[in-house]
Amino acid sequence: MKEKLVIIGNGMAPGRMLERLFETDPDRYQVVIFNAEPRVNYDRIMLSPVLSGEKQFEDIIIHGDAWYIEHGITLYKGCKVERIDRETRTVHSVNGISETYDRLVIATGSVPFIIPVPGKDLAGVVTYRDLDDVHAMMLAAKSRGRAVVIGGGLLGLEAAAGLNDQGMDVTVVHIMPTLMERQLDAAAGYLLAEAVKARGIKLMTSANTRQIVGETRVTGVELADGTILPADMVVMAVGIRPNAALARDAGLAVNRGIVVDAQMRTSDPAIYALGECVEVEGQVFGLVAPLYDMAGILAAGLLGEPAEFVPVATATRLKVTGINLYSAGDFAEGEDREEIVLRDATAGVYKRLVLEHDRIVGAVLYGDTGDGAWYFDMLRKGTDTRPFRDTVIFGQAYQGGTPLDPMAAVAALPDDAEICGCNGVCKGKITGAIAGKALSSLDAVRAHTKASASCGSCTHLVEQLLHLTLGDRYNPAAVQPICPCTGYGHDDVRRLIIAKALKSIPAIMQELEWRTSCGCAKCRPALNYYLLADWPGEYVDDSQSRFINERVHANIQKDGTYSVVPRMWGGVTSPRELRAIADVADRFAIPAIKVTGGQRIDLLGVKKQDLPAVWADLNAAGMVSGAAYAKGLRTVKTCVGSDWCRFGTQDSTGFGIRLERFMWGSWTPAKVKLAVSGCPRNCAEATCKDIGVICVESGYDIHFAGAAGLEIRGTELLCHAGSEDEAFEIVVALTQLYREQGRYLERIYKWAKRVGTGSIRAAVVEDRERRRHYFDRFAFSQRFAQIDPWQERVNGRDAHEFAALAEFGPPVAAQ
Amino acid sequence: MSEWIEIGDLEDVPRRGARCVGVPGLRLAVFRTQQDQVFAIENRCPHRGGPLSEGIVHGASVTCPLHNWAFDLETGRAQGADAGEVRTFAVRIVAGRIQLALGELMRVAAE
Ligand code: SRM
Ligand SMILES: Cc1cc2nc3c(=O)[nH]c(=O)nc-3n(C[C@H](O)[C@H](O)[C@H](O)COP(=O)(O)OP(=O)(O)OC[C@H]3O[C@@H](n4cnc5c(N)ncnc54)[C@H](O)[C@@H]3O)c2cc1C
Ligand code: SF4
Ligand code: FES
Repeated sequence: MKEKLVIIGNGMAPGRMLERLFETDPDRYQVVIFNAEPRVNYDRIMLSPVLSGEKQFEDIIIHGDAWYIEHGITLYKGCKVERIDRETRTVHSVNGISETYDRLVIATGSVPFIIPVPGKDLAGVVTYRDLDDVHAMMLAAKSRGRAVVIGGGLLGLEAAAGLNDQGMDVTVVHIMPTLMERQLDAAAGYLLAEAVKARGIKLMTSANTRQIVGETRVTGVELADGTILPADMVVMAVGIRPNAALARDAGLAVNRGIVVDAQMRTSDPAIYALGECVEVEGQVFGLVAPLYDMAGILAAGLLGEPAEFVPVATATRLKVTGINLYSAGDFAEGEDREEIVLRDATAGVYKRLVLEHDRIVGAVLYGDTGDGAWYFDMLRKGTDTRPFRDTVIFGQAYQGGTPLDPMAAVAALPDDAEICGCNGVCKGKITGAIAGKALSSLDAVRAHTKASASCGSCTHLVEQLLHLTLGDRYNPAAVQPICPCTGYGHDDVRRLIIAKALKSIPAIMQELEWRTSCGCAKCRPALNYYLLADWPGEYVDDSQSRFINERVHANIQKDGTYSVVPRMWGGVTSPRELRAIADVADRFAIPAIKVTGGQRIDLLGVKKQDLPAVWADLNAAGMVSGAAYAKGLRTVKTCVGSDWCRFGTQDSTGFGIRLERFMWGSWTPAKVKLAVSGCPRNCAEATCKDIGVICVESGYDIHFAGAAGLEIRGTELLCHAGSEDEAFEIVVALTQLYREQGRYLERIYKWAKRVGTGSIRAAVVEDRERRRHYFDRFAFSQRFAQIDPWQERVNGRDAHEFAALAEFGPPVAAQ
Repeated sequence: MSEWIEIGDLEDVPRRGARCVGVPGLRLAVFRTQQDQVFAIENRCPHRGGPLSEGIVHGASVTCPLHNWAFDLETGRAQGADAGEVRTFAVRIVAGRIQLALGELMRVAAE
């Protein structure tokens, strides 16, 4: 039996710890994680770019669902632990789930500090810690109202910049005279304040908040001097406190944070803790670099190879686009301290080094932060600066009289200089990986070394290293290639398929100089789709380039059996169909029948060799494949509409069936799901589908770009159509446009985001003629697509798929 | 000298594809590459038992259909960052017919 490792909290620290653990011994522990947040592990540092709209949540996920599945981890999302029972070694969650542990790790992070002023509990007062907070802020920002951010530190300024980018009128209230006073001296603080104001953010320094005003919702913030700042939202970003309540209640030693030793052990030998919730030698932590060190220490300890955590200096950067700010170490003035300062007012540059006994102990850089890594390296190593004391402030490029080359600073760094602070990756490791593993893109370096994979502020350094190591072979603007078999991205390949009239996979691979002899599991299915979509009637599908489900027209299950889902047009069925389903289940002893989330019935656990016979019976009752496996048209959900419902405005059922009958069998870049609701009550859930129609008295509202799977996204309204025929033409034309532009595996919502709703509306709504062309092209390709794949196989196609090549009975093998 | 047993025609296995071979006590599959190389391996992914015969064949490798681990058909070893190995079996083509080494099969089947 494996030992059971239970983790409370699924943040950045335990995520890294598990990576380290699995690198050495993936099978040592059975891992169970409780997370109060209803989601996987993501890069909390990058919430600000999500808030400002520069990134999406999916861009900042560290471990997707698949990672947990792959490592056999049970992750309870949205499951807050309320009690640890150390006697029975059990943790209990608020939603009633309990798990016993052999070893327990507490990684509950921090809680935002809320200043205890009247009005702090009013609606509209938010903190800034997790994705829910970001969503709350983004929602509030939609109204373009006024926001007051209390706190002028790293977090507060990032929140203010994000909200400003979202179009809000933002004021920052800061209790100290200088912004980010913990990291900056007054001069840098001044430059920062000017830059913040230049963006249109108002600033109130030396301002103390007396109360938050409002009846039920926030209406303003009152300062100690009586000033009232009107506000529709207040963000409290005044600091964090280790989240140690759970540990305290369990009787563990807790000071400011959960007390742990250098091996991350709490006062109970079976319980460890790491991350922002802990206190080591009286210190607590608020940046990821030391937490990632802890992660390595704890992983080693769990593997029986104890190591010791030693806190080291950390560097900070403000992640606000357009503001370059770097600070490291300690820069208070002192008896035996000297400083060197450089100011360039026109260039907006300020640099200050604090030296103690000729060694750098602190560095503040504003405007030009290129030398941050160099100074930080000397700081950590305690380098004696006497030999180049006169020029040290000008930066590394000036040392030894080398010319001013933007690359020189990085080139001159020693191999053990740290480049990525978050992940503790040094220069030599990065250049070694670039050369040794033939890496040529930022993403590849991130994947192999983790450098620049967290907060991203060292990205330019990593890019410079790529440039240095590869020379002109490094092309930073390069598009993401489809896969390692080619340098071309999806869009280039699609364009070249048409331009060069490439009509087979080997032709593409030859003409576009594929680097492998016959591609891989990533590019071949994509190429097969592009050819099918671009040359209807001409291209012969390559079944060996399809994922198994599409090759055998059923969904593979975890035990190697298959599931079979017949089409049930618009979710409407009949006694005859139901009888045929019941009969086939009896006849082939099919173990499970389930109503799907897509308004039809799934037969699960069918043996592969039985598939053709099962299909034959279903075909006989008039049913065809539901394509529940296809990157193609899946379901068209409908509600009962005007046929039955007292609110129905149009025949939603009939329209849904019309669409499904016309569009079934089509292949698309990723799956396509439709729905038609008979009125805005929307019982068919049309507003989270790829394309959804909502019937209204005056006609049909056509929505699109919704999602309800890995991502939840309400649709956008594309247009209104006055008649069913018009709506029909638009839905079909929209699908064809997507078929021609979508990248393989890109759902409609991602495609729409990439190309812009405007261009889609122009093509299929505003320009009647173009719409007709797209419609006609779809209709043409359907001539070759609407052949039931089940029937083809009942008639003998691909028979080799459903039978063994040879069978040896026991007597043969025992000869 | 080992004895060889015929299991079918090369043409019975699709290029860049595979077929299962039923042997009691063993899951076995025969693969054929684009270049007509043939390999026999245990049809059971070391990750979670996925049927490798159902995967996409590229070069002399196959990608498991369940969670995308890729295996070198020649050595049976997982490629890339994943660690694991499937058992490989001796196989040869004689006059267009695929043959497996019987002794080895019997030994493994009896394990
Ligand atoms: C059977 C069904 C669950 C059920 O019992 O209800 C189901 C089953 C599977 N879904 Fe689903 N999904 C089913 C409805 C849904 C829905 C609900 C809906 O369609 O209204 C969603 C959310 C809507 C959406 O698509 O946005 C849904 C979002 C997903 C996703 C996430 C897709 C995404 O891009 O976010 C996946 C994963 C993927 O496709 O990569 C997925 C993948 C799967 C796969 C194919 C997993 C796999 O790769 O093997 C499951 C196949 C099981 C099987 O063999 O039948 N399934 N899946 C539903 C079949 C509907 C049907 O009649 O065809
Ligand atoms: C907006 C923002 C910007 C930042 N920028 C930077 C930066 O630029 N550089 C830097 O180094 N650091 C930055 N940080 C700090 C960094 O994100 C944290 O140091 C780090 O995420 C802490 O990791 P952790 O694992 O200790 O805790 P967290 O990542 O906070 O994870 C704790 C998790 O535990 C869960 N949890 C809590 N209690 C329970 C319970 N009882 N049961 C179950 N689950 C529970 C919480 O829901 C949470 O998901 C930033 C933080 C924020 C919020
Ligand atoms: S049916 Fe869908 S939600 Fe359920 S386990 Fe499978 S993929 Fe996940
Ligand atoms: S079973 Fe093969 S990759 Fe998971």
